[in-house]
Amino acid sequence: MFDFTEEELTRYSRHILLKDVGVEGQEKIREAKVLVVGAGGLGAPVAMYLAAAGIGTIGIVDGDVVDLSNLQRQIIHTTPDVGKPKVESAKETMNAINPHVKVVTHKDFLWASNALDIIKDYDFVIDGTDNFPVKFLINDACVMAGKPFSHGGILRFEGQTFTYVPGHACYRCMFKTPPPPNAVPTCSQAGVLGAIAGMLGTIQAAEALKYITGVGELLTDKLLTFNAKTMDFRKINVKRRENCPLCGEHPTVTQLIDYEQGTCDLASHKK
Amino acid sequence: MTHTLDITKEHCPMTFVKTKLKLAQIAEGDILEVLLTDGEPLNNVPRSATEQGFKVLDISKVEGNIHKVTIQK
Repeated sequence: MFDFTEEELTRYSRHILLKDVGVEGQEKIREAKVLVVGAGGLGAPVAMYLAAAGIGTIGIVDGDVVDLSNLQRQIIHTTPDVGKPKVESAKETMNAINPHVKVVTHKDFLWASNALDIIKDYDFVIDGTDNFPVKFLINDACVMAGKPFSHGGILRFEGQTFTYVPGHACYRCMFKTPPPPNAVPTCSQAGVLGAIAGMLGTIQAAEALKYITGVGELLTDKLLTFNAKTMDFRKINVKRRENCPLCGEHPTVTQLIDYEQGTCDLASHKK
Repeated sequence: MTHTLDITKEHCPMTFVKTKLKLAQIAEGDILEVLLTDGEPLNNVPRSATEQGFKVLDISKVEGNIHKVTIQK
């Protein structure tokens, strides 16, 4: 038990020193399996911090290749990575940070057809995606499979996040259905301050580590929002809804759905 | 049961990291005798152990700059 090598003890010393983490917590981190959906603005800091923390297995899902316009915020990729599959570039950075981590790459997007099969092997899921159809898909798949996940979204100077654990409010308790395609601009249309991705992604990484180690209080039944222009942070209480179309008493969403994407999202995904 | 740990060659913060590892490996109620040097280790290890809920039973000088801290899990 607790067979950490000298190298691992030094590497993880700042975790082990924490009363709430310790050797026992680091062991839980080493045994954990986390799936990061999206190797973009949010997925980049999440995957890097989780790798640095020593999560035993990290899965990463993304069907895209690195584009020059990604580098302003997607700090897991570097200039020589342009044109490379994002999951490959992400894996290289993660293993350069921490060679102990097993990185499993899924070079695909998440669809209704593959979501349950991909998430089934993981203890915790990170939503690091940039569009509503996939955000609802992750929520629906995780609720159906009883998997905890961290929701994250950023736009312009703002971010929002909450953590789902079975029994607590899900995304559809707050937002019943995705907005119509093109009704809400995405980052690729409206822009985003690069550092916002780091602000939100590191919150998501911290939530995953808190869930795994059992430390503190998660953002369950709370929606955290911030506006970096004023640096105002708000925590809004949310409740699980009895009439939620997914996790309520009489669900109407009983299978996974591929909602229609906005045209700009589609264009970028087909590249 | 009594266990011993020699951290006289370690530096801060690995002194307490090694102490925590050993404490994690022994049973509740067991005693750990830690050999350490004076200065930073002697200041920090007993204080950190107490802060993190362990019981420091005794601190005594062994020889030269080496001390023994007795901790109960």
